[in-house]
Amino acid sequence: MTDVISTDRLTKHYGTRCVVNCLNLRVQAGGVYGLLGRNGAGKSTTIRMLMGMAKPTYGRAELLGHDVVTLPSEVRSRIAYLAEGHPLYGWMTVGEAIRFIRAFHAERWNQYLLEQVLEHFELPLGKKIRRLSNGQRAHVALALAIAPDPDLLILDDPTLGLDTVARREFLVSLIHVIQREGRTILFSSHILSDVERVADRIGILVDGVLRVDCPTEHFKETIRKVVLQFTGTPPAFPGCDGLVNAAVEGRRLELLIVDFGPAHQEIIESLSPASWDILELNLEDAFIEYTRGSKPSLFAVTDHAVAASVGTRSQEAHWHEG
Amino acid sequence: MEFRLEPSSRLPIYRQIVQQVREGVARGHLAFGEQLPSVRELSRILVVNPNTIARAYVELEREGILNNQPGRGVFVAEPRAQLAKDVRRRRLIELIDKFLTEAVHLGFSEADVLRLLSARSEQFQWEPARLEAR
Repeated sequence: MTDVISTDRLTKHYGTRCVVNCLNLRVQAGGVYGLLGRNGAGKSTTIRMLMGMAKPTYGRAELLGHDVVTLPSEVRSRIAYLAEGHPLYGWMTVGEAIRFIRAFHAERWNQYLLEQVLEHFELPLGKKIRRLSNGQRAHVALALAIAPDPDLLILDDPTLGLDTVARREFLVSLIHVIQREGRTILFSSHILSDVERVADRIGILVDGVLRVDCPTEHFKETIRKVVLQFTGTPPAFPGCDGLVNAAVEGRRLELLIVDFGPAHQEIIESLSPASWDILELNLEDAFIEYTRGSKPSLFAVTDHAVAASVGTRSQEAHWHEG
Repeated sequence: MEFRLEPSSRLPIYRQIVQQVREGVARGHLAFGEQLPSVRELSRILVVNPNTIARAYVELEREGILNNQPGRGVFVAEPRAQLAKDVRRRRLIELIDKFLTEAVHLGFSEADVLRLLSARSEQFQWEPARLEAR
């Protein structure tokens, strides 16, 4: 099968900080890829580089077989992008927004598909965008993104800021989109249970590094929590493939690892812990732990990431009110 | 039959569906010949990628529990014993031993366990259920 998205050692530095580190990402035609990671893990930066909105420090990316730097406009028109927070002009009505976006897509426009989504979610054409709820605006944004019948759909954390009900409804829309055609979808999220429902394959970015890249069910079947006990302060964990999280709690070092195998065992034994154990893992708990970052992490970036996420959330709240 | 997905489960979604169909058949909630929702229908109902549903159905078909008739739909297959009797017996004994080990460690008496076992077994459909072809 052909790769619709393919990156080669894609890297982005902001000052001295490496936000995306040597990313080799491949998404096959017809696949639905869920990119997971904490806030600040590099999901948005990756997507911005794919969309040509951020210049890679190193490496390159191809969409639909074309380098993103020199993407011909006819190829670009086959790619839809849904930005975080679903930015649309608040002063337009839903109908005006449709006419506005449609003008950019003269050749390819599926009005029927668009109207289906609007009808299903009872979105009135005459209503001002700014009067819509967050969930409604997300549906309008998705409907507008798929109306040009794109071959590739890229969504940056589309359910961010939506409540549980609105999130589920958005997933219903997305499933509808997946069912209609075998188009390729890449979407980022920080909610595992959402990703599990819609993605064929998941990738997990940890501090800009793609630590996990496997079929969705494989991930759930092979994730393990490994607990190492030390007599003193645990040493720094060197890192390894499949490591989703590493956290120190007193004399314990807790690791969240996908595809635990002999290589991991070797690294663990080289740290000579007093004892170590592979634990039964409640995935949801592990993920809440991981996504919230409630435990002090070994990674230096964590504190910044948490601070940044708090900042983004409050900004977004203001923006919705304004 | 109502499907239920547990996001906190350790089982992937396709496994949860496989297990629920197997259990549905074992408990008699799904009878031989009964039609299941199509891949697309179940995908919409559960809000799950259609590929995941298809994967569960393929697995159930391989196990001989479902029967996919292209153009007509997905049906509960006629039950058939695929393994030789002594193999099935050995597998069951393994499971019973595991279960009894747990029961002993949980501190139950033999009488308690046997009573509970027969009470629970009433909830299952021991003779394979069949839709009468009238």
